[in-house]
Amino acid sequence: MAHPARHSSMVSMSNSIQTVTPQPEKQLPTPQIQTPSQSTPGLRVPSNRKTIYDRHLNRSRNAELSRASFAFLFGEMVTYAQRRVTGIQDLERRLNEQGYPLGLRLLDLLFYRTISTSSSSTLTSSSTSASPPNRPLRILPLLHLIHGPLWRLLFNRPADALEHSVSPDTPNEYMITDNDPLVNTYISVPKEMNQLNCAAFVAGIIEGVCDGCGFEAKVTAHNQPTEMWPSRTIFLLRFGESVMEREKVLERAGVK
Amino acid sequence: MSYYFTILSPTDVPLFNIAFGTSKSGGDGIARFRFPDAAQNTYMTQFIINSSLDMLEEAQWMSGNMYLKHIDTYPPASAYISAFLTPSGTRFVLLHQPPQPNIPASSSTSGAAGSMSMSLSASTTSSSSGGGLFGGGSSGRTSSSSIAANPTAPQTEEAVRQFMSEVYEGYVKTVMSPFYRRGMEIRSPVFRAKVSGAGRKWL
Repeated sequence: MAHPARHSSMVSMSNSIQTVTPQPEKQLPTPQIQTPSQSTPGLRVPSNRKTIYDRHLNRSRNAELSRASFAFLFGEMVTYAQRRVTGIQDLERRLNEQGYPLGLRLLDLLFYRTISTSSSSTLTSSSTSASPPNRPLRILPLLHLIHGPLWRLLFNRPADALEHSVSPDTPNEYMITDNDPLVNTYISVPKEMNQLNCAAFVAGIIEGVCDGCGFEAKVTAHNQPTEMWPSRTIFLLRFGESVMEREKVLERAGVK
Repeated sequence: MSYYFTILSPTDVPLFNIAFGTSKSGGDGIARFRFPDAAQNTYMTQFIINSSLDMLEEAQWMSGNMYLKHIDTYPPASAYISAFLTPSGTRFVLLHQPPQPNIPASSSTSGAAGSMSMSLSASTTSSSSGGGLFGGGSSGRTSSSSIAANPTAPQTEEAVRQFMSEVYEGYVKTVMSPFYRRGMEIRSPVFRAKVSGAGRKWL
């Protein structure tokens, strides 16, 4: 009922912030503009009257996707990304960009689901109480979040290894290993493109999660086949300067 | 009690705004902010909220909780700021202003008569910050146990936390929509209705 008024205040808000300091005398007229022209955006309610806000987010929690349809869909995504690319790096960058927004979303979903179940404290290994999970503040909790809960959400199992770079020159590099990435199961890369790893998509998801938590990072996927695991993939996480700086400050402050 | 709720993106872009009043203890759900200049209501709430972002960013890295509780106070208008941080860095900020026992017109006379009444003018900042808490808790038409009376009481924190969690649920649903991209304004009237419903329920 009060929609038009609220909308106009919302619109004038963005103007107001910009004009607040430079011209004080111009502040007065702006909030009084009640533009009736603001029509409510066309909302189409589905025929069963159920919008996305009426659906429960945990309903599809334990639902599993058919592997065949996923393989098909992912194959199409790779084909789509391959159009007009200049090289393998470009292709990997595109796959990465496709995964990135997914990571941002999964982060919120992951926390929401952990809160709403609240019985299991799977997110943080340290917290024993059933209190809501903590946002990761340091690098290590973030990596555990990716290695454990995120991987379980995506692939139904934790990742296989989590390592820190041994080289003293690159303390900002961490590695997460997946022995047999699901995304590569049905993909055989041509010989002339053997640099390519389509798990760059998953690297993009990881990058989205890191960025969402406030840890600026570059994540890349690398082939590292072994005798036993021919499609073993290493995700290399390179955190930015600002993150390492903050890490030091937080360490001194004793934040876990 | 009057509330102003804002969702801000990690880069401080406002995504959603709503003003509402309490519906508890006979409230009519309409916000009545008291600021020195009534015409600037929309400015002042947003100004106070944005000025608290520094405090929020400080608290952000000190505690891993999503609900950061009451983080800031703006004594001249006895406004209190509570904040909630989603894991992806979006900030939910709630400004709440407890009810004033006297209407602003008469507060100037009673303010001169007794120190009990809370002063609204910014010149007496130091005295009003203490008096605001005291005056809010001891007087007013609402009972002292209600949420509105004491903005820093545990019950209030709990109610705000419940409110924030409910908004968070709606927010996650918004974010999961494939047509929503990060940093987009949330325009859905359904979401707006959900938020004001949560406000009616908890605040």
